[in-house]
Amino acid sequence: MPTSFFEWVVFFINKYGLFFIQGAGTTLFIASIGTIAGFAIGLAVAVVRTIPVEENDSLARKFFYKFVRFIFVAYIEIFRGTPMIVQAMVIYYGSAELWGLDMSPMIAALFIVSVNTGAYMAEISRGGIISIDRGQYEAAQSIGMTHSQTMLNIILPQAIRNILPSIGNEFVVNIKDTSVLNVISVTELFFMSKSAAGTYMRYFEVFFITCLIYFVLTFSVTRLLLLVEKKLEGPDSFVIHGSQTVPQAVIKGGRE
Amino acid sequence: MSNPVLTISHLKKTFGDNVVLKDIDFFANEKDVVSIIGASGSGKSTLLRCINQLEKPTSGDIFFHDKNIQEAGFSLSSYRAKVGMVFQSFNLFNNLSVLQNCVVGQIKVLGRNRKEAEQRALDILSKVGMDQYISAKPRQISGGQKQRVAIARALAMDPEVLLFDEPTSALDPEMVGEVLNVMTSLAKTGLTMLVVTHEMDFARDVSNRIIFMDAGVILEDSTPEEILNHPKNERTRMFLNRSIKNK
Repeated sequence: MPTSFFEWVVFFINKYGLFFIQGAGTTLFIASIGTIAGFAIGLAVAVVRTIPVEENDSLARKFFYKFVRFIFVAYIEIFRGTPMIVQAMVIYYGSAELWGLDMSPMIAALFIVSVNTGAYMAEISRGGIISIDRGQYEAAQSIGMTHSQTMLNIILPQAIRNILPSIGNEFVVNIKDTSVLNVISVTELFFMSKSAAGTYMRYFEVFFITCLIYFVLTFSVTRLLLLVEKKLEGPDSFVIHGSQTVPQAVIKGGRE
Repeated sequence: MSNPVLTISHLKKTFGDNVVLKDIDFFANEKDVVSIIGASGSGKSTLLRCINQLEKPTSGDIFFHDKNIQEAGFSLSSYRAKVGMVFQSFNLFNNLSVLQNCVVGQIKVLGRNRKEAEQRALDILSKVGMDQYISAKPRQISGGQKQRVAIARALAMDPEVLLFDEPTSALDPEMVGEVLNVMTSLAKTGLTMLVVTHEMDFARDVSNRIIFMDAGVILEDSTPEEILNHPKNERTRMFLNRSIKNK
């Protein structure tokens, strides 16, 4: 049997290496799907919530929008206002109890993380949309673009770029928060660690490894998102086309 | 005489208790270049914004070639394509290159194909002297250049009327000239233009009509010669004295 801290760490890495990798894989999988699906849900909610209601819209239309907005606000408030660990319990056991749904823990996990993230993303996306200058809407309208054309071609590309740091934030939060899903026996990193540690009653050593793995995961994701952000920012320079003296020139820098 | 392109009758606009436009009657014929002058807060910009329906008038009618633009079933989208607008703060689409700024509307609103739209955009950008900058983003060009692109963006829609809302007010003095030059050459092409401006030289030399607005009403509507040299109204005289003194 190992005797020192480091011997235990090496022991666990040798014996449970694959276990840890599987757990980390599951964690990353749930966090990725949850963040992407949550972003899609949140964006959709925000886009619908920011549809302008005109004074001369029909009463039915106004009522419909009011109703839809009420539903969305309720969704956001409920899922932001309760802990995900509790949501997991209620949804996983509730769906079995009420509707006889036999969800696998993995399906339940993907659903819970997506819907939970969606509630936060809805507010993040709405913030991104309303932060775009009114002039951008007006310019698009002034050349005849409809609200949906304006949204798709002008507003959302800018809004999404602006909220990318917040999306990255949510991703990191999700990587960490999937650990609560061990309560419904999802075999993610925390669950795997707990079983490994339990077998030998060595919690400190195992969770030290777990800690490192979580950090590596979140740190890599943050760096990756920074790269994406840079990419979306576009090049600093641009090409001058067909000037008379020099056929092509590249202007570096440019104004801000 | 041909029918006016734009006719405005009994236009009124209030923001809450604040009456910005009182009772505006006004028309613009084809090829008219109308300068709208007046002190800040006199309702000039609001008038333009009502014409383009960026603001909904409280009451009154706007006719485009005898068609009431506020009637149900009127296609606001194709009307706006024909009545373009140039803003004080340029409002170029920040996510698009100079070329794409002039292309997106043609494709989405006019249904042109990309090749056709890019060709048209290039033609117009070369007219405003911005064809070298087609791959630049708005943040990379100067204010005067931005405004020239904004004019090109509106022109790419082949409008019948262009509305200019203080197009040079946000520019550094040395950039005003390049934008006014573009506008002057546009006026010569016979485009109908309504220009809210503080540039008295432009109003005098380029426009064929000047409208003086004060506190939400049109006080005078006449030729530049008449208004600038023989203003009938006391308030017009005071305004002109002030703007000439400030020069």
